[in-house]
Amino acid sequence: MAKLTIADLKRIKEDYHQGLREGGFRVRVTVHMGTCGIAAGARGIMNTIMEELAKSNLKDVAITTSGCAGLCSKEPMATIETTGGPPVKYISLTDEKMRKIFAEHVVGGKPVPEYALVVGHETTY
Amino acid sequence: MICAGTGCVANGSLKVKAALETELIKRNLQNEVKLVLTGCNGFCAKGPVIVVYPEDIFYQLVKPEDVPFLVEEHFIKGRPVQKFLYTPPMEKNTIPVMNDIPFFKHQVLRALRNRSLIDAEKIEEYIARDGYMAAAKALTEMTPEQIVSEMKSSGLRGRGGAGFLTGLKWELCARVAGDIKYILCNGDEGDPGAFMDRSIMEADPHSVLEGMIIAAKGINAHYGYIYVRAEYPLAVHRLQIAIDQARENGLLGKDILGTGFDLELEIYQGAGAFVCGEETALMASIEGKRGMPRAKPPFPAVKGLWMRPSVLNNVETFANVPPIILNGAEWFSSLGTEKSKGTKVFALSGALNNIGLVEVPMGIPLKTVIFDIGGGIKNNRKFKAVQMGGPSGGCIPHSLIDTPVDYENINKTGAIMGSGGMVVMDETTCMPAMARFFLEFTEDESCGKCVPCRIGNKTLLSILTRITNGEGREGDIELLLDLSQQIKDTSLCGLGQTSPNPVLTTIKYFRDEYEAHIKERRCPARVCTPLVKFVVDKDKCKKCGQCFKACPSGALIWEKGQVAYIDPAKCTKCKSCIKACRFWAID
Repeated sequence: MAKLTIADLKRIKEDYHQGLREGGFRVRVTVHMGTCGIAAGARGIMNTIMEELAKSNLKDVAITTSGCAGLCSKEPMATIETTGGPPVKYISLTDEKMRKIFAEHVVGGKPVPEYALVVGHETTY
Repeated sequence: MICAGTGCVANGSLKVKAALETELIKRNLQNEVKLVLTGCNGFCAKGPVIVVYPEDIFYQLVKPEDVPFLVEEHFIKGRPVQKFLYTPPMEKNTIPVMNDIPFFKHQVLRALRNRSLIDAEKIEEYIARDGYMAAAKALTEMTPEQIVSEMKSSGLRGRGGAGFLTGLKWELCARVAGDIKYILCNGDEGDPGAFMDRSIMEADPHSVLEGMIIAAKGINAHYGYIYVRAEYPLAVHRLQIAIDQARENGLLGKDILGTGFDLELEIYQGAGAFVCGEETALMASIEGKRGMPRAKPPFPAVKGLWMRPSVLNNVETFANVPPIILNGAEWFSSLGTEKSKGTKVFALSGALNNIGLVEVPMGIPLKTVIFDIGGGIKNNRKFKAVQMGGPSGGCIPHSLIDTPVDYENINKTGAIMGSGGMVVMDETTCMPAMARFFLEFTEDESCGKCVPCRIGNKTLLSILTRITNGEGREGDIELLLDLSQQIKDTSLCGLGQTSPNPVLTTIKYFRDEYEAHIKERRCPARVCTPLVKFVVDKDKCKKCGQCFKACPSGALIWEKGQVAYIDPAKCTKCKSCIKACRFWAID
């Protein structure tokens, strides 16, 4: 890859935000995979999402990972964001819960309150 | 507070912010009203969303053209504008928002600013959140002196535990002449119950690299190591990916960002010895020697790695650097107390409802961290004490629960801020046994170089062992105090100088428990098995039968409505009955 200049940094940033908004993804699923999440079973949750996604034939769902979400005792956790909707954090996931969330929130667009902890992002400075 | 979540930005919240800025300046209110961009509030459908403090008034669907009217009415006339006020919908939203949940409400994310927002293995996601912009600024617009002076005035103190001023450390090294200097990162997090650095390295490795680039320019170093224990495989893996990506993109290596500045970084995996978290031992370990500390001075800033001037900072310290350079020292020091600025990351563990990683402003009361963020004590038990600073720290009892969390106030209690481990204990913890646990750890981890630490800690441990075995002697408490002080005063490095802290603080705050063990041969928390009689107290027994159900060896004799009885012949002293009894009826 070519070496970046400072102008490139700004361009990457803008392209990225543009892409998030207009990249064609309706849903973004983030599985929290720090050591704590993985120890609690986040890899299994990830596999379940991939399976469900393959079955659903949806093309507008982005699946990604991030590190520890901070609440290690409630892992595995996942955050689901839909266009125009707030991000929803789900806690203490199991394969079964994840399948239900996938069907109702990812496919149907309706959050599943009984498995959700909170909506929104944390304030960062 | 203007929401700058993805949803609100798409709805134009940044334009609203610009309009607000202009309007406030026009009205000469820019010094009285502070604008802050926040993360998503969870009300995307009603965005752009603005919250006004201290009244906590929530405005929704604000457009830039509404701003002059809003400023006139609210900030000048003091009347909230009805039109934009948020009206709760008829159907109740059953999922709470961030501010409704104490765990999130009290946190301020700076070092953890990218947590759960970016994929640690994708450099674009880091860049998209202003990543490497601080490095770009430091490399193009700032001289090394300006970097150092910005860091000094920010008041950032080392997050590894001792709390030395980061800017001062850099200045001391920058002043030393020398063509070869090293920038080092300490990721040898070893305290039991601490996982702050691991989480940062796993979730946001580029923030550490960026902090190191800035520091390298500040002291004029062109080579550096990140020392990580091999027990953190995921951290090592993600850091390596980050280093490779940064190098590919010209953010490490020769001529960074075309500015002519060079920096090579490499990971050095430690074998996990606790003492290698000490700076001189860490450097010896990188040099391929046995990880043992040496006497200071000369300080590492003068003679460090390979006898060259070196700066070693903790992972969390480096993660704090980029936003300071980007937003300025004043921004950083706007949070915190007089001598402790900014935020601190803590790893909450132990008997709490919420176990996890939290970042809070310095000066927050300990009570808020434990009861609001931590969600209080599990199983409705009572809070007894919190161990801060791991084996080098001390315990803080319930009576000091209002202590503000900053370097000075925590030191006053006898504990230390440390790297940020908080192990919370309830009434089922025996304090002498807890002190013994930590001494077992330090005795094991002592490198053996100096006598006070090698022999002293071993002796402390043997005294504590006899106390918890019910063989404590008259005068043992005084002996512990005397020996502890000597070890503190005469040990070579931080390990020995702090290892007696758990003993000293537990005696200071829980002397009665030591006395109960020694004089009455009794363990009030029923932890030390040799001191437990395994007899049911007839007056306290509520005849509930919980002990009977818990006993795995058939030693408990109980019938409905009868006081339980433990058959000594069958009892294996496993303590299942003690854990099951809610009335402290088994002694």
